[in-house]
Amino acid sequence: MTQSAKAQFEGRDLLCRRGGRDVFAGLSYSLPSGGALLLTGANGTGKSSLLRLMAGLLRPAAGEILWAGRSITEDPEGHAARLHYLGHLDAVKPVLSAAENLRFWASLRGRTADVGAALDHFALGGLADLPGRLLSAGQRRRLALSRLLASPAELWLLDEPSVGLDHASVGKLAEAIAAHRAKGGRVVVATHTALDLPDAEPLSLDALAPPPLPELVW
Amino acid sequence: MKGLAVIVGRDLRLALRQSADAWLAVLFFVLTAALFPFGIGPEPNLLRLIAPGVIWVVALLAVLLSLERLFLADYEDGSLEQLLLSPLPLELAILGKVAAHWLTTGLPLIAAAPLLAVLFNMDLTGLGVLLLAMLLGTPVLSLIGAVGAALTLGARRGGVLIPLLVLPLYVPALIFGVGATEAALADLSARPNLLFLGALLLVMLLVTPLAAAAALRQALE
Repeated sequence: MTQSAKAQFEGRDLLCRRGGRDVFAGLSYSLPSGGALLLTGANGTGKSSLLRLMAGLLRPAAGEILWAGRSITEDPEGHAARLHYLGHLDAVKPVLSAAENLRFWASLRGRTADVGAALDHFALGGLADLPGRLLSAGQRRRLALSRLLASPAELWLLDEPSVGLDHASVGKLAEAIAAHRAKGGRVVVATHTALDLPDAEPLSLDALAPPPLPELVW
Repeated sequence: MKGLAVIVGRDLRLALRQSADAWLAVLFFVLTAALFPFGIGPEPNLLRLIAPGVIWVVALLAVLLSLERLFLADYEDGSLEQLLLSPLPLELAILGKVAAHWLTTGLPLIAAAPLLAVLFNMDLTGLGVLLLAMLLGTPVLSLIGAVGAALTLGARRGGVLIPLLVLPLYVPALIFGVGATEAALADLSARPNLLFLGALLLVMLLVTPLAAAAALRQALE
């Protein structure tokens, strides 16, 4: 981790365009090892789009995203290997058990994973053999979150991670994030609910919306 | 390579737990082909004559039935996003999914083909060549179909578009598949037709992962 600890994860002058409309412009950020970035902003200001840009699912219309000085588009598979992305969808298969769901995603990352411990952290140990279709929305969310722990990745990109979670689970999530950061991991979170993130750097997208088009004067 | 096996294993497990989907294709194949003797009349020579064409066309339609679910379920529940963000190259993941699709759709069709051969009064050499041609031809159907399924993923009611996109591309496989079987029934060599099917398979093994991966990336933007 000594090499990657020094690596900067940064975005320079990003312009995001969705459906022909500019969502945000001139966005720059920099996230050091152990750091956290808290994305805030009203609905539709591009929090999810920024996370998808960071994951490499979207391409910026202008600007670039760099890891250790190299653009992430140069090595998409290498970038994917160092990140966990948690979107709005939980990627839980209804006919597989909770443990099978988790084991699949962990083994795809090729490392020996501690599936049991990851499930236990989010209090899913007793539900390991239950098929995904019987899990409640909150339990499915917790199962998606336990992917973060089942296989290590340096960068966590979390889009509304606490949606549907009960109070205790939100605490467990904050705990997992704190442990991850203590090991030098980085995390980017978009959230509306209060999540305990000590000295996270706030990044508000409200100010970055491009100015509205001048109104037509008749 | 390990990642590829993980994907195939997971898709096979999913297919076994939801076996209704796999049965649908085989049952469609057998039942539809069995309608022809009723519709045309039980004239043995006539049935023997139309057998290769009917069996291939019905096999093609049976594969078509199963194509929509190839990527759609993964797309809707977010698994596709996660697959794209896994360290495994997307092209390999697609090959894994297509392999699982063939094992759960193409292979059962081949297993059911002898039954139809009996229905259509086909002799043993004809059946042997039919099975060989299907062994080469049905993976081609899965591979071409995967490109169609990936291309229609973002579109609304994409399932309706798949046949329009895929059926014209199935014509070469149909021609050579039927050609091989007909040649065998006429005591000619089936070899040239089988070689063409093999060549099609090799080409699609290269083209499908690249084309489908580009389409999936587009769908997830």
